[in-house]
Amino acid sequence: MTDLTTLTLAQALDGMEKKQFSSAEITNAFLGAIEKANPHLNAYVVVTAEKARAQAAQSDKRRAAGQAGPLEGAPLGIKDLFCTEGVRTTACSNILGEFKPTYESTVSANLFRDGAVMLGKLNMDEFAMGSSNETSAFGNVVNPWRRGNEDTKLTPGGSSGGSAASVAADLCLGATATDTGGSIRQPAAFTGTVGIKPTYGRCSRWGIVAFASSLDQAGPIAKTVEDSAMLLQSMAGHDPRDSTSLPNALPDFRAACQRSIKGMTIGVPEEYRVDGMPQEIEDLWRQGIAWAKDAGATIKPISLKHTKYALPAYYIVAPAEASSNLARYDGMRYGARVTGKDLVGSYEQTRAKGFGAEVQRRILIGTYVLSAGYYDAYYLRAQKVRQRIAQDFRDAFAEVDAILTPATPSSAFGLGEKSGDPVAMYLNDIFTVTANLAGLPALALPAATDSQGLPLGLQVIGKALDEESVFAVSAALEKAAGFKAKAAKWWV
Amino acid sequence: MSIDEKTVRKVAKLARLALPEERVAPMAAELNGIMAWIEQLNEVDVEGVEPMTSAVEGLALPMRDDVVTDGGDSQRVLANAPKAEDGFFVVPKVVE
Repeated sequence: MTDLTTLTLAQALDGMEKKQFSSAEITNAFLGAIEKANPHLNAYVVVTAEKARAQAAQSDKRRAAGQAGPLEGAPLGIKDLFCTEGVRTTACSNILGEFKPTYESTVSANLFRDGAVMLGKLNMDEFAMGSSNETSAFGNVVNPWRRGNEDTKLTPGGSSGGSAASVAADLCLGATATDTGGSIRQPAAFTGTVGIKPTYGRCSRWGIVAFASSLDQAGPIAKTVEDSAMLLQSMAGHDPRDSTSLPNALPDFRAACQRSIKGMTIGVPEEYRVDGMPQEIEDLWRQGIAWAKDAGATIKPISLKHTKYALPAYYIVAPAEASSNLARYDGMRYGARVTGKDLVGSYEQTRAKGFGAEVQRRILIGTYVLSAGYYDAYYLRAQKVRQRIAQDFRDAFAEVDAILTPATPSSAFGLGEKSGDPVAMYLNDIFTVTANLAGLPALALPAATDSQGLPLGLQVIGKALDEESVFAVSAALEKAAGFKAKAAKWWV
Repeated sequence: MSIDEKTVRKVAKLARLALPEERVAPMAAELNGIMAWIEQLNEVDVEGVEPMTSAVEGLALPMRDDVVTDGGDSQRVLANAPKAEDGFFVVPKVVE
Protein backbone atom coordinates (compact mmCIF):
# COMPACT_ATOMS: atom_id res chain seq x y z
CA MET A 1 0.00 0.00 0.00
CA THR A 2 1.22 3.52 -0.72
CA ASP A 3 2.30 5.66 2.21
CA LEU A 4 -0.99 7.31 3.13
CA THR A 5 0.75 10.32 4.63
CA THR A 6 2.02 11.45 1.23
CA LEU A 7 -1.47 11.85 -0.21
CA THR A 8 -3.02 15.23 -0.82
CA LEU A 9 -6.22 16.05 1.05
CA ALA A 10 -8.28 15.58 -2.13
CA GLN A 11 -6.65 12.18 -2.80
CA ALA A 12 -7.11 11.04 0.80
CA LEU A 13 -10.80 11.97 0.84
CA ASP A 14 -11.22 10.17 -2.47
CA GLY A 15 -9.44 7.08 -1.12
CA MET A 16 -11.68 6.95 1.94
CA GLU A 17 -14.76 7.47 -0.20
CA LYS A 18 -13.68 4.51 -2.36
CA LYS A 19 -13.08 2.44 0.80
CA GLN A 20 -9.40 1.95 -0.07
CA PHE A 21 -8.57 2.84 3.53
CA SER A 22 -10.32 4.16 6.60
CA SER A 23 -9.86 7.30 8.61
CA ALA A 24 -8.54 5.10 11.43
CA GLU A 25 -5.82 3.80 9.10
CA ILE A 26 -4.67 7.15 7.76
CA THR A 27 -4.88 8.68 11.24
CA ASN A 28 -2.62 5.92 12.58
CA ALA A 29 -0.22 6.44 9.68
CA PHE A 30 0.09 10.13 10.60
CA LEU A 31 0.48 9.41 14.32
CA GLY A 32 3.30 7.02 13.45
CA ALA A 33 4.96 9.58 11.19
CA ILE A 34 4.68 12.26 13.91
CA GLU A 35 6.28 9.96 16.47
CA LYS A 36 9.29 9.52 14.22
CA ALA A 37 9.61 13.09 12.96
CA ASN A 38 8.59 15.27 15.86
CA PRO A 39 11.74 14.78 17.99
CA HIS A 40 13.65 16.23 15.03
CA LEU A 41 11.25 18.87 13.71
CA ASN A 42 9.36 19.96 16.85
CA ALA A 43 6.32 20.82 14.74
CA TYR A 44 3.73 19.59 17.26
CA VAL A 45 3.65 20.90 20.83
CA VAL A 46 0.79 18.58 21.77
CA VAL A 47 -0.08 15.29 20.04
CA THR A 48 -3.68 14.28 20.74
CA ALA A 49 -3.34 10.65 19.68
CA GLU A 50 -6.24 9.39 21.76
CA LYS A 51 -8.61 12.11 20.62
CA ALA A 52 -7.51 11.57 17.02
CA ARG A 53 -8.20 7.83 17.17
CA ALA A 54 -11.59 8.44 18.78
CA GLN A 55 -12.52 11.06 16.17
CA ALA A 56 -11.35 8.76 13.37
CA ALA A 57 -13.46 5.89 14.68
CA GLN A 58 -16.50 8.18 14.86
CA SER A 59 -15.75 9.44 11.39
CA ASP A 60 -15.56 5.94 9.94
CA LYS A 61 -18.96 5.23 11.46
CA ARG A 62 -20.43 8.37 9.93
CA ARG A 63 -19.02 7.50 6.53
CA ALA A 64 -20.38 3.96 6.78
CA ALA A 65 -23.77 5.43 7.64
CA GLY A 66 -23.67 7.60 4.52
CA GLN A 67 -23.23 10.79 6.54
CA ALA A 68 -19.78 11.81 5.34
CA GLY A 69 -18.97 15.52 5.68
CA PRO A 70 -16.81 17.43 3.20
CA LEU A 71 -13.62 16.68 5.19
CA GLU A 72 -14.75 13.35 6.59
CA GLY A 73 -11.93 11.52 8.31
CA ALA A 74 -9.17 13.91 7.23
CA PRO A 75 -6.41 14.19 9.87
CA LEU A 76 -5.37 17.82 10.35
CA GLY A 77 -3.03 19.80 12.60
CA ILE A 78 -4.30 22.81 14.53
CA LYS A 79 -2.10 25.81 15.22
CA ASP A 80 -1.73 26.41 18.95
CA LEU A 81 -3.36 29.84 18.56
CA PHE A 82 -6.78 28.17 18.16
CA CYS A 83 -8.59 27.31 21.37
CA THR A 84 -9.41 23.61 21.42
CA GLU A 85 -11.77 22.31 24.06
CA GLY A 86 -9.99 20.32 26.73
CA VAL A 87 -6.67 20.41 24.85
CA ARG A 88 -3.87 22.64 26.09
CA THR A 89 -3.75 25.91 24.19
CA THR A 90 -0.97 28.35 25.00
CA ALA A 91 -0.20 30.38 21.85
CA CYS A 92 3.24 28.90 22.61
CA SER A 93 3.66 31.35 25.49
CA ASN A 94 4.59 30.56 29.07
CA ILE A 95 2.06 33.07 30.31
CA LEU A 96 -0.82 30.75 29.44
CA GLY A 97 0.73 27.97 31.50
CA GLU A 98 -1.34 24.81 31.11
CA PHE A 99 -4.44 26.65 29.88
CA LYS A 100 -7.11 24.24 28.70
CA PRO A 101 -10.00 26.03 26.99
CA THR A 102 -13.50 25.00 27.96
CA TYR A 103 -14.67 25.94 24.47
CA GLU A 104 -13.74 25.35 20.83
CA SER A 105 -12.72 28.09 18.37
CA THR A 106 -15.23 28.61 15.58
CA VAL A 107 -12.70 27.68 12.90
CA SER A 108 -11.69 24.36 14.48
CA ALA A 109 -15.33 23.64 15.34
CA ASN A 110 -16.22 24.19 11.67
CA LEU A 111 -13.55 21.68 10.63
CA PHE A 112 -14.83 19.08 13.09
CA ARG A 113 -18.41 19.74 11.95
CA ASP A 114 -17.22 18.76 8.48
CA GLY A 115 -15.64 15.54 9.71
CA ALA A 116 -11.99 16.47 10.28
CA VAL A 117 -9.77 14.65 12.79
CA MET A 118 -7.33 16.57 15.00
CA LEU A 119 -3.81 15.15 15.32
CA GLY A 120 -2.52 17.79 17.71
CA LYS A 121 -1.51 21.37 18.31
CA LEU A 122 1.16 22.97 16.17
CA ASN A 123 4.14 25.01 17.24
CA MET A 124 4.32 28.71 16.40
CA ASP A 125 6.02 31.94 17.39
CA GLU A 126 4.81 33.15 20.78
CA PHE A 127 1.44 34.90 20.27
CA ALA A 128 2.19 34.68 16.51
CA MET A 129 4.86 37.35 16.90
CA GLY A 130 7.79 36.29 14.78
CA SER A 131 8.88 35.20 11.34
CA SER A 132 11.10 32.23 12.18
CA ASN A 133 9.33 30.27 14.93
CA GLU A 134 12.23 31.09 17.22
CA THR A 135 10.10 32.99 19.74
CA SER A 136 8.07 29.90 20.72
CA ALA A 137 8.19 28.96 24.40
CA PHE A 138 8.52 25.35 23.21
CA GLY A 139 11.63 25.90 21.11
CA ASN A 140 11.91 26.46 17.40
CA VAL A 141 10.53 24.26 14.66
CA VAL A 142 13.06 22.86 12.20
CA ASN A 143 12.29 23.15 8.50
CA PRO A 144 12.16 19.70 6.87
CA TRP A 145 13.96 21.27 3.89
CA ARG A 146 17.75 21.47 3.88
CA ARG A 147 20.27 23.28 1.71
CA GLY A 148 21.53 20.55 -0.62
CA ASN A 149 23.31 17.99 1.52
CA GLU A 150 24.09 20.37 4.38
CA ASP A 151 22.66 19.62 7.78
CA THR A 152 22.35 23.30 8.81
CA LYS A 153 19.00 23.71 10.54
CA LEU A 154 16.75 26.12 8.70
CA THR A 155 13.70 28.00 9.89
CA PRO A 156 10.32 26.95 8.51
CA GLY A 157 9.34 30.63 8.79
CA GLY A 158 6.77 31.99 11.14
CA SER A 159 4.62 32.48 12.87
CA SER A 160 2.82 29.37 11.54
CA GLY A 161 6.07 27.40 11.35
CA GLY A 162 4.64 24.24 12.91
CA SER A 163 1.73 24.30 10.47
CA ALA A 164 3.99 24.71 7.45
CA ALA A 165 6.61 22.19 8.59
CA SER A 166 4.00 19.55 9.45
CA VAL A 167 2.35 19.85 6.03
CA ALA A 168 5.72 19.80 4.23
CA ALA A 169 6.88 16.76 6.21
CA ASP A 170 3.65 14.80 5.68
CA LEU A 171 2.68 14.98 9.35
CA CYS A 172 -0.92 15.99 8.53
CA LEU A 173 -3.05 16.44 5.42
CA GLY A 174 -3.40 20.14 6.08
CA ALA A 175 -3.22 22.58 8.96
CA THR A 176 -4.89 25.65 10.32
CA ALA A 177 -2.77 28.76 10.52
CA THR A 178 -3.17 32.48 11.09
CA ASP A 179 -1.74 35.49 9.32
CA THR A 180 -1.33 38.95 10.84
CA GLY A 181 1.53 40.20 8.64
CA GLY A 182 2.48 37.14 6.60
CA SER A 183 2.38 34.31 9.13
CA ILE A 184 0.63 31.90 6.73
CA ARG A 185 2.27 32.90 3.47
CA GLN A 186 5.92 33.30 4.50
CA PRO A 187 6.14 29.85 6.17
CA ALA A 188 4.28 28.32 3.21
CA ALA A 189 6.86 29.85 0.87
CA PHE A 190 9.74 28.58 3.05
CA THR A 191 8.44 25.01 3.07
CA GLY A 192 7.10 24.45 -0.45
CA THR A 193 3.48 24.44 0.72
CA VAL A 194 0.39 26.47 -0.17
CA GLY A 195 -1.09 28.98 2.25
CA ILE A 196 -3.94 31.42 1.88
CA LYS A 197 -4.97 34.32 4.05
CA PRO A 198 -8.55 35.07 3.02
CA THR A 199 -10.27 38.46 3.04
CA TYR A 200 -10.35 39.93 6.55
CA GLY A 201 -13.57 38.70 8.15
CA ARG A 202 -14.00 35.49 6.12
CA CYS A 203 -12.91 33.33 9.06
CA SER A 204 -14.26 34.00 12.51
CA ARG A 205 -11.67 35.13 15.03
CA TRP A 206 -13.77 33.74 17.88
CA GLY A 207 -11.63 31.45 20.01
CA ILE A 208 -8.38 32.43 18.31
CA VAL A 209 -5.92 33.97 20.75
CA ALA A 210 -5.84 37.64 19.72
CA PHE A 211 -2.67 39.36 18.53
CA ALA A 212 -3.66 42.39 16.40
CA SER A 213 -7.40 42.27 15.93
CA SER A 214 -7.70 44.45 12.83
CA LEU A 215 -5.11 42.32 11.01
CA ASP A 216 -5.47 38.75 12.36
CA GLN A 217 -7.06 36.30 9.95
CA ALA A 218 -7.14 32.51 9.91
CA GLY A 219 -6.47 30.39 6.85
CA PRO A 220 -5.13 26.97 5.89
CA ILE A 221 -1.71 25.65 4.94
CA ALA A 222 -2.01 22.70 2.56
CA LYS A 223 -0.19 20.64 -0.04
CA THR A 224 -2.01 22.00 -3.10
CA VAL A 225 -4.09 25.00 -4.11
CA GLU A 226 -7.16 22.78 -4.36
CA ASP A 227 -6.58 21.38 -0.86
CA SER A 228 -6.29 24.91 0.51
CA ALA A 229 -9.58 25.82 -1.17
CA MET A 230 -11.32 22.82 0.41
CA LEU A 231 -9.99 23.62 3.87
CA LEU A 232 -10.90 27.31 3.61
CA GLN A 233 -14.41 26.33 2.56
CA SER A 234 -14.88 24.62 5.91
CA MET A 235 -12.98 27.11 8.05
CA ALA A 236 -14.73 30.23 6.73
CA GLY A 237 -18.29 31.45 7.17
CA HIS A 238 -20.26 33.99 9.14
CA ASP A 239 -20.15 33.82 12.92
CA PRO A 240 -22.29 36.14 15.02
CA ARG A 241 -19.79 35.78 17.87
CA ASP A 242 -17.19 37.82 15.93
CA SER A 243 -18.52 41.30 15.11
CA THR A 244 -16.03 41.61 12.22
CA SER A 245 -17.08 38.30 10.67
CA LEU A 246 -18.45 38.88 7.18
CA PRO A 247 -22.10 37.95 6.56
CA ASN A 248 -21.43 37.30 2.84
CA ALA A 249 -22.22 33.88 1.41
CA LEU A 250 -19.24 31.66 0.65
CA PRO A 251 -18.58 30.92 -3.00
CA ASP A 252 -17.43 27.44 -4.07
CA PHE A 253 -13.68 27.86 -3.63
CA ARG A 254 -12.76 24.44 -5.01
CA ALA A 255 -14.71 25.10 -8.20
CA ALA A 256 -12.82 28.37 -8.61
CA CYS A 257 -9.57 26.38 -8.89
CA GLN A 258 -10.85 24.96 -12.19
CA ARG A 259 -11.68 28.34 -13.65
CA SER A 260 -9.73 29.49 -16.70
CA ILE A 261 -7.73 32.68 -16.32
CA LYS A 262 -8.04 33.47 -19.99
CA GLY A 263 -8.96 37.12 -20.40
CA MET A 264 -8.05 38.04 -16.82
CA THR A 265 -5.78 41.00 -16.20
CA ILE A 266 -2.95 40.45 -13.75
CA GLY A 267 -1.09 43.36 -12.24
CA VAL A 268 2.64 43.37 -11.58
CA PRO A 269 3.74 46.02 -9.07
CA GLU A 270 7.10 47.65 -9.76
CA GLU A 271 7.53 48.44 -6.05
CA TYR A 272 7.94 44.75 -5.14
CA ARG A 273 11.39 44.78 -6.72
CA VAL A 274 13.45 45.44 -3.59
CA ASP A 275 17.15 46.01 -2.99
CA GLY A 276 19.12 42.90 -2.25
CA MET A 277 16.46 40.53 -3.54
CA PRO A 278 18.17 37.45 -4.98
CA GLN A 279 18.20 37.19 -8.78
CA GLU A 280 16.50 33.79 -8.46
CA ILE A 281 13.41 35.41 -6.96
CA GLU A 282 13.38 38.06 -9.66
CA ASP A 283 13.66 35.25 -12.25
CA LEU A 284 10.87 33.25 -10.63
CA TRP A 285 8.62 36.30 -10.68
CA ARG A 286 9.36 36.81 -14.37
CA GLN A 287 8.65 33.11 -14.94
CA GLY A 288 5.33 33.44 -13.10
CA ILE A 289 4.39 36.35 -15.35
CA ALA A 290 5.20 34.22 -18.40
CA TRP A 291 3.08 31.32 -17.07
CA ALA A 292 0.13 33.64 -16.50
CA LYS A 293 0.51 35.00 -20.04
CA ASP A 294 0.66 31.49 -21.48
CA ALA A 295 -2.58 30.66 -19.67
CA GLY A 296 -4.25 33.55 -21.47
CA ALA A 297 -4.02 36.37 -18.93
CA THR A 298 -3.03 39.91 -19.80
CA ILE A 299 -0.19 41.37 -17.76
CA LYS A 300 -0.31 44.98 -16.69
CA PRO A 301 2.37 46.92 -14.83
CA ILE A 302 0.84 48.68 -11.84
CA SER A 303 2.08 50.95 -9.10
CA LEU A 304 1.51 50.39 -5.39
CA LYS A 305 3.59 53.32 -4.40
CA HIS A 306 3.26 53.20 -0.63
CA THR A 307 4.50 49.60 -0.42
CA LYS A 308 7.75 50.49 1.37
CA TYR A 309 5.78 52.13 4.18
CA ALA A 310 3.65 49.08 4.86
CA LEU A 311 6.03 47.38 7.29
CA PRO A 312 6.78 50.48 9.39
CA ALA A 313 3.03 51.23 9.53
CA TYR A 314 2.41 47.62 10.55
CA TYR A 315 4.96 47.92 13.36
CA ILE A 316 2.88 50.72 14.85
CA VAL A 317 -0.58 49.24 14.29
CA ALA A 318 0.18 45.64 15.26
CA PRO A 319 2.10 46.35 18.49
CA ALA A 320 -0.49 48.97 19.49
CA GLU A 321 -3.30 46.44 19.14
CA ALA A 322 -1.17 43.72 20.72
CA SER A 323 -0.36 45.80 23.78
CA SER A 324 -4.06 46.31 24.27
CA ASN A 325 -5.02 42.67 23.58
CA LEU A 326 -2.29 41.26 25.79
CA ALA A 327 -3.28 43.46 28.73
CA ARG A 328 -5.66 40.65 29.72
CA TYR A 329 -2.78 38.41 30.80
CA ASP A 330 -2.53 39.42 34.41
CA GLY A 331 -2.24 35.99 36.02
CA MET A 332 -5.50 36.37 37.91
CA ARG A 333 -8.08 34.40 35.94
CA TYR A 334 -6.04 31.92 33.95
CA GLY A 335 -2.46 31.14 33.06
CA ALA A 336 0.61 31.14 35.22
CA ARG A 337 0.69 33.58 38.16
CA VAL A 338 3.86 34.87 39.77
CA THR A 339 3.17 36.46 43.14
CA GLY A 340 4.88 39.82 43.74
CA LYS A 341 5.00 42.13 46.73
CA ASP A 342 1.54 43.54 46.03
CA LEU A 343 -1.15 43.34 43.34
CA VAL A 344 0.68 45.52 40.81
CA GLY A 345 3.89 43.66 41.64
CA SER A 346 2.11 40.38 40.87
CA TYR A 347 0.99 41.73 37.51
CA GLU A 348 4.46 42.96 36.68
CA GLN A 349 6.23 39.77 37.71
CA THR A 350 3.65 37.54 36.04
CA ARG A 351 4.01 39.39 32.76
CA ALA A 352 7.80 39.71 32.94
CA LYS A 353 8.14 36.01 33.55
CA GLY A 354 5.39 34.84 31.21
CA PHE A 355 6.12 36.86 28.07
CA GLY A 356 9.20 36.24 25.95
CA ALA A 357 11.59 38.93 24.74
CA GLU A 358 9.93 39.68 21.38
CA VAL A 359 6.47 39.86 22.91
CA GLN A 360 7.73 42.22 25.60
CA ARG A 361 9.40 44.38 22.98
CA ARG A 362 6.16 44.67 21.03
CA ILE A 363 4.09 45.39 24.13
CA LEU A 364 6.49 48.20 25.01
CA ILE A 365 6.38 49.66 21.49
CA GLY A 366 2.60 49.45 21.47
CA THR A 367 2.30 51.05 24.87
CA TYR A 368 4.73 53.78 23.84
CA VAL A 369 2.97 54.70 20.57
CA LEU A 370 -0.39 54.81 22.32
CA SER A 371 0.86 56.76 25.33
CA ALA A 372 -0.15 60.35 25.98
CA GLY A 373 1.45 62.79 23.57
CA TYR A 374 2.51 60.24 20.98
CA TYR A 375 -0.82 58.97 19.71
CA ASP A 376 -1.14 61.44 16.83
CA ALA A 377 2.50 61.22 15.83
CA TYR A 378 2.49 57.44 15.58
CA TYR A 379 -0.78 55.57 15.75
CA LEU A 380 -2.94 58.09 13.90
CA ARG A 381 -0.28 58.65 11.26
CA ALA A 382 0.13 54.88 10.78
CA GLN A 383 -3.61 54.51 10.25
CA LYS A 384 -3.49 57.23 7.62
CA VAL A 385 -0.58 55.51 5.89
CA ARG A 386 -2.60 52.31 6.08
CA GLN A 387 -5.39 54.12 4.24
CA ARG A 388 -2.87 55.19 1.56
CA ILE A 389 -1.81 51.56 1.12
CA ALA A 390 -5.41 50.38 0.87
CA GLN A 391 -6.12 53.18 -1.64
CA ASP A 392 -3.17 52.05 -3.80
CA PHE A 393 -4.83 48.63 -3.98
CA ARG A 394 -8.28 50.07 -4.71
CA ASP A 395 -6.80 52.07 -7.59
CA ALA A 396 -4.93 49.04 -8.91
CA PHE A 397 -7.97 46.76 -8.69
CA ALA A 398 -9.92 49.22 -10.82
CA GLU A 399 -7.69 47.96 -13.64
CA VAL A 400 -6.65 44.42 -12.75
CA ASP A 401 -8.28 41.22 -11.45
CA ALA A 402 -5.36 39.96 -9.40
CA ILE A 403 -1.81 40.92 -8.52
CA LEU A 404 1.25 38.68 -8.83
CA THR A 405 4.33 39.16 -6.65
CA PRO A 406 7.07 37.07 -5.05
CA ALA A 407 5.98 35.70 -1.65
CA THR A 408 9.18 36.42 0.26
CA PRO A 409 12.42 38.31 -0.38
CA SER A 410 14.52 35.16 0.28
CA SER A 411 14.31 31.41 0.72
CA ALA A 412 14.39 29.84 4.21
CA PHE A 413 17.31 31.08 6.29
CA GLY A 414 19.29 29.37 9.02
CA LEU A 415 17.97 29.30 12.58
CA GLY A 416 19.66 32.06 14.57
CA GLU A 417 20.77 33.97 11.47
CA LYS A 418 18.40 36.86 11.99
CA SER A 419 17.29 36.55 15.58
CA GLY A 420 19.67 39.27 16.81
CA ASP A 421 18.24 42.00 14.61
CA PRO A 422 14.50 42.69 14.96
CA VAL A 423 14.28 44.93 11.89
CA ALA A 424 16.06 42.39 9.64
CA MET A 425 13.57 39.79 10.87
CA TYR A 426 10.61 42.10 10.24
CA LEU A 427 11.69 42.61 6.61
CA ASN A 428 10.73 38.98 5.87
CA ASP A 429 7.14 40.15 5.63
CA ILE A 430 7.77 42.97 3.19
CA PHE A 431 5.68 41.38 0.40
CA THR A 432 2.96 39.88 2.56
CA VAL A 433 2.10 42.60 5.07
CA THR A 434 0.38 44.90 2.57
CA ALA A 435 -2.51 42.43 2.13
CA ASN A 436 -3.09 42.39 5.90
CA LEU A 437 -3.17 46.18 6.14
CA ALA A 438 -5.63 46.36 3.24
CA GLY A 439 -7.65 43.31 4.41
CA LEU A 440 -7.21 41.51 1.06
CA PRO A 441 -7.04 37.79 0.25
CA ALA A 442 -3.57 36.56 -0.72
CA LEU A 443 -2.14 33.12 -1.41
CA ALA A 444 1.44 31.85 -1.50
CA LEU A 445 2.27 28.83 -3.63
CA PRO A 446 5.54 27.03 -4.31
CA ALA A 447 6.82 27.56 -7.81
CA ALA A 448 10.51 26.63 -7.98
CA THR A 449 13.58 25.70 -5.98
CA ASP A 450 16.64 27.92 -5.71
CA SER A 451 20.25 26.87 -6.37
CA GLN A 452 20.42 25.43 -2.84
CA GLY A 453 17.39 23.27 -3.50
CA LEU A 454 15.08 25.34 -1.27
CA PRO A 455 11.53 26.20 -2.30
CA LEU A 456 10.56 29.68 -3.47
CA GLY A 457 7.02 30.97 -3.58
CA LEU A 458 4.86 33.30 -5.61
CA GLN A 459 2.02 35.34 -4.13
CA VAL A 460 -1.34 36.12 -5.70
CA ILE A 461 -3.32 38.99 -4.15
CA GLY A 462 -7.00 39.51 -4.93
CA LYS A 463 -9.76 42.05 -4.38
CA ALA A 464 -11.64 41.94 -1.11
CA LEU A 465 -14.05 38.96 -1.17
CA ASP A 466 -12.62 37.69 -4.44
CA GLU A 467 -10.78 34.57 -3.25
CA GLU A 468 -12.15 32.89 -6.37
CA SER A 469 -9.83 34.85 -8.67
CA VAL A 470 -6.96 34.17 -6.28
CA PHE A 471 -7.64 30.43 -6.46
CA ALA A 472 -8.08 30.50 -10.24
CA VAL A 473 -4.78 32.30 -10.87
CA SER A 474 -2.94 30.24 -8.24
CA ALA A 475 -4.20 26.95 -9.65
CA ALA A 476 -3.14 28.00 -13.15
CA LEU A 477 0.34 28.93 -11.90
CA GLU A 478 0.58 25.70 -9.88
CA LYS A 479 -0.24 23.71 -12.99
CA ALA A 480 2.31 25.58 -15.09
CA ALA A 481 5.01 25.36 -12.41
CA GLY A 482 4.56 21.63 -11.88
CA PHE A 483 6.36 21.93 -8.55
CA LYS A 484 6.89 18.37 -7.36
CA ALA A 485 9.95 18.69 -5.11
CA LYS A 486 9.63 17.38 -1.55
CA ALA A 487 11.91 17.65 1.45
CA ALA A 488 13.97 14.48 1.88
CA LYS A 489 12.87 12.67 5.04
CA TRP A 490 16.29 12.77 6.75
CA TRP A 491 14.69 12.11 10.15
CA VAL A 492 13.41 8.65 9.26
CA MET B 1 12.22 61.21 18.87
CA SER B 2 14.57 59.04 20.79
CA ILE B 3 13.47 56.89 23.69
CA ASP B 4 15.56 57.48 26.82
CA GLU B 5 15.85 55.19 29.81
CA LYS B 6 13.34 57.23 31.78
CA THR B 7 10.75 56.67 29.04
CA VAL B 8 11.49 52.93 28.95
CA ARG B 9 10.86 52.71 32.71
CA LYS B 10 7.66 54.73 32.37
CA VAL B 11 6.34 52.63 29.47
CA ALA B 12 7.24 49.38 31.24
CA LYS B 13 5.31 50.61 34.26
CA LEU B 14 2.30 51.47 32.09
CA ALA B 15 2.49 48.02 30.48
CA ARG B 16 2.87 46.32 33.87
CA LEU B 17 6.09 44.63 32.86
CA ALA B 18 8.80 44.30 35.48
CA LEU B 19 11.99 45.30 33.69
CA PRO B 20 15.21 44.48 35.59
CA GLU B 21 17.46 47.54 35.81
CA GLU B 22 20.15 45.90 33.66
CA ARG B 23 17.63 45.44 30.85
CA VAL B 24 16.61 49.12 30.71
CA ALA B 25 19.54 50.43 28.64
CA PRO B 26 19.56 47.52 26.15
CA MET B 27 15.77 47.78 25.79
CA ALA B 28 16.09 51.52 25.08
CA ALA B 29 18.62 50.71 22.36
CA GLU B 30 16.38 48.00 20.85
CA LEU B 31 13.32 50.21 20.84
CA ASN B 32 15.25 53.11 19.36
CA GLY B 33 16.49 50.86 16.57
CA ILE B 34 12.92 49.91 15.72
CA MET B 35 11.50 53.41 16.14
CA ALA B 36 14.26 54.94 13.98
CA TRP B 37 13.21 52.60 11.17
CA ILE B 38 9.56 53.51 11.72
CA GLU B 39 10.36 57.23 11.42
CA GLN B 40 10.30 56.89 7.62
CA LEU B 41 6.50 57.14 7.89
CA ASN B 42 7.07 60.88 8.24
CA GLU B 43 7.92 60.97 4.51
CA VAL B 44 4.34 60.07 3.57
CA ASP B 45 1.96 62.88 2.74
CA VAL B 46 -1.12 62.13 4.83
CA GLU B 47 -2.74 65.54 4.45
CA GLY B 48 -6.51 65.11 4.34
CA VAL B 49 -6.33 61.28 4.56
CA GLU B 50 -8.94 59.58 6.72
CA PRO B 51 -7.34 57.18 9.20
CA MET B 52 -8.21 53.56 8.39
CA THR B 53 -9.93 52.11 11.42
CA SER B 54 -11.38 48.95 9.90
CA ALA B 55 -9.99 46.36 7.51
CA VAL B 56 -13.38 45.97 5.90
CA GLU B 57 -15.07 48.76 4.03
CA GLY B 58 -18.70 49.49 4.46
CA LEU B 59 -19.44 46.92 7.13
CA ALA B 60 -21.49 48.48 9.90
CA LEU B 61 -20.94 47.05 13.35
CA PRO B 62 -23.73 44.51 13.76
CA MET B 63 -26.07 44.90 16.72
CA ARG B 64 -27.87 42.09 18.45
CA ASP B 65 -30.83 42.11 20.79
CA ASP B 66 -29.88 43.05 24.31
CA VAL B 67 -30.76 39.73 25.85
CA VAL B 68 -28.86 37.22 27.94
CA THR B 69 -27.43 34.53 25.66
CA ASP B 70 -25.38 32.51 28.11
CA GLY B 71 -24.48 32.28 31.76
CA GLY B 72 -24.42 29.92 34.71
CA ASP B 73 -20.96 28.84 33.66
CA SER B 74 -18.94 29.65 36.75
CA GLN B 75 -17.29 26.22 36.86
CA ARG B 76 -16.09 26.60 33.28
CA VAL B 77 -15.01 30.18 33.87
CA LEU B 78 -12.97 29.14 36.90
CA ALA B 79 -11.59 25.98 35.33
CA ASN B 80 -8.24 27.59 34.51
CA ALA B 81 -7.92 29.91 37.50
CA PRO B 82 -4.51 29.85 39.20
CA LYS B 83 -6.44 30.03 42.48
CA ALA B 84 -10.18 29.65 43.08
CA GLU B 85 -12.37 29.04 46.10
CA ASP B 86 -16.12 28.66 46.59
CA GLY B 87 -16.90 29.77 43.05
CA PHE B 88 -14.65 32.84 43.19
CA PHE B 89 -11.23 33.83 41.87
CA VAL B 90 -8.69 34.24 44.64
CA VAL B 91 -6.43 37.23 43.98
CA PRO B 92 -3.79 39.10 45.97
CA LYS B 93 -5.06 41.74 48.36
CA VAL B 94 -6.30 44.76 46.41
CA VAL B 95 -7.14 47.20 49.22
CA GLU B 96 -4.79 47.65 52.18
